[in-house]
Amino acid sequence: MDKYIEMIRIRFLMMLAYRTNYYTGILIYSINIGAYYFLWSAIYGEKDAIEGMSVIQMSTYVAVAWMARAFYFNNIDREMAAEIKEGKVAVELIRPYNYLGMKTMQGLGEGIFRLFFFSVPGMVIVSFIFPLQFSADWTTWIFFAVSIVLSFFINTQINLLTGITTFFLFNNTGLIRAKRVVIDLFSGLLIPISFFPLWAQDVLKYLPFQGISYVPSMIFTNSFSNNEAIQAIIMQGIWVLILIIPIQVLWIIAKKQLIIQGG
Amino acid sequence: MTDAITVRNLKKEFKAYSSRSGLKGAFRDLLTRNYKIVPAVNNISFQVKQGEMVGYIGENGAGKSTTIKMLTGILTPTSGEVIVNGMNPHKDREKFVRTIGVVFGQRSQLWWDIAVQESFRLLKKVYKVTDEQYDSHMSHVIKTLDIEPLLDKPVRKLSLGQRMRCELAAALIHNPPLLFLDEPTIGLDVLVKLKIREFLKEINDKYNTTILLTTHDLSDIEALCERVVMLDEGKIIYDGALKSLKEKWGEGKEIEFQFLEDVTLNDLNRITASSEVKWEKDEKKAIFTAFAEDNDELISLLIAKVVADLKVKDIDIKETSTEEIIRNIYDRGIS
Ligand SMILES: Nc1ncnc2c1ncn2[C@@H]1O[C@H](COP(=O)(O)OP(=O)(O)OP(=O)(O)O)[C@@H](O)[C@H]1O
Ligand SMILES: [Mg+2]
Repeated sequence: MDKYIEMIRIRFLMMLAYRTNYYTGILIYSINIGAYYFLWSAIYGEKDAIEGMSVIQMSTYVAVAWMARAFYFNNIDREMAAEIKEGKVAVELIRPYNYLGMKTMQGLGEGIFRLFFFSVPGMVIVSFIFPLQFSADWTTWIFFAVSIVLSFFINTQINLLTGITTFFLFNNTGLIRAKRVVIDLFSGLLIPISFFPLWAQDVLKYLPFQGISYVPSMIFTNSFSNNEAIQAIIMQGIWVLILIIPIQVLWIIAKKQLIIQGG
Repeated sequence: MTDAITVRNLKKEFKAYSSRSGLKGAFRDLLTRNYKIVPAVNNISFQVKQGEMVGYIGENGAGKSTTIKMLTGILTPTSGEVIVNGMNPHKDREKFVRTIGVVFGQRSQLWWDIAVQESFRLLKKVYKVTDEQYDSHMSHVIKTLDIEPLLDKPVRKLSLGQRMRCELAAALIHNPPLLFLDEPTIGLDVLVKLKIREFLKEINDKYNTTILLTTHDLSDIEALCERVVMLDEGKIIYDGALKSLKEKWGEGKEIEFQFLEDVTLNDLNRITASSEVKWEKDEKKAIFTAFAEDNDELISLLIAKVVADLKVKDIDIKETSTEEIIRNIYDRGIS
């Protein structure tokens, strides 16, 4: 366990080494939150509520969805692709640890860093600029905390899957980019799932994506009842378990036919 | 004595895809691709005893790195058997990799953006090295390799030689009984090379560490390894002492002459016409070299003849260098 915690620490240090990325990140996220806030205010216009959500809930949704994204989002799929293409994965495979586990920890290190140095201060600043609503109910906060950890795992697992495909496809830049768009759209980051047409909602119910952004954001804005929240969290947990299977299968196949690039 | 490495009939084949030419070819490639099966390592067998230092040499593309990748368990062999440190490198991965250290000369195993000591710290945790073990072992490694001043620098700011010394230290954090070095001295200056050689000798002495080393710098091998395994197109063409390689393939001696007077190759050929000698002239330095069989009698006769006829300024008798022997073998094959 020690080694995994140490890896989180190392990732922290690496994030610090690239502080400039971090500042530009803050800028990009602020612009996104601002843009979606104004967009939604325009859509709401005089209306009090759409699909059961008030304007204030919506702006809170937008803000928390983006701030949560800072936590669960990572680039480990792209990192894996690079490591596999350059043959660096050879070095990883001679270490007495689980490569995928280590990658997950790196993602977590990155996530925790951004949570404390980005999401929390960012949320405070945004709450001064836009009217947001924070729940006073501590159960909401606990649900949210559990939910967001599960979001991290679902998103990271999908990233691992995409990363492993490099072993088979070799050039999967397109796939990685497509995956990113799919997740931003179908996770409910840009539009809450409840705003999708009904047939689409039905389809999305059977996909893991809404567990990434929609669920924690709905919990945070108190748009779910306690029961709905618990159900959604259980669904997230089930997805985490289900996703382990394809990852392990692909990983075993990949290792068998692995060819390390370069001398 | 137990064997650190046992390899039996090891084989690795790669599929080498070839692209058809032209647009039509490209479309056909989409459907079916042409490939040839290329054996990179072809039925090799050898054993390495604990504590041996073995030089693993061969031309570019001979299959050295491929072998090392199979021995370390990151490539699955097509067929054959590998036992390293009493284990199958593919089973029991975590336990196995704790018993080996690896340095790939061309790629870094340190984390690029963080200070060297942070990488060390992580590796220490990864290999579960205790503080006492670390302190007693690593402080010595750090001192011998002279990397103390580099520890707080990020890896990307190190020069190649500085990085390579750190890589070596990193591979030794868990003090493994077996060390694989794939071109560890590539691109290093003479001083760093010497330092690394000294260091390898020392740990081999101190801990009886087995070392398998590939390099294109034969002076590395001469300095370190008593035994060489030579690979050519995936096959072992020589496995034995470096010395007997020299005795067997060292093709005679070279005697270099410099003369006080003007001499031509014709003169020399005339003087030594009765014995089997080949003369060459280095135009620039006016050095004449006689190539003769390694036979003391013959050589002294040759020198006597030359000295009797010409005024000699300098004579230098040379054995064929290992480099030359190896070059000859690469050129012509061993037979
Ligand atoms: N991923 C791969 N796919 C196809 N062929 C490969 C692959 N890796 C290596 N080969 C082939 O296998 C052969 C042996 O390669 P290897 O890297 O083991 O050589 P080497 O002895 O280490 O050479 P060098 O001295 O240049 O490092 C080469 O002919 C190479 O083209
Ligand atoms: Mg090589």
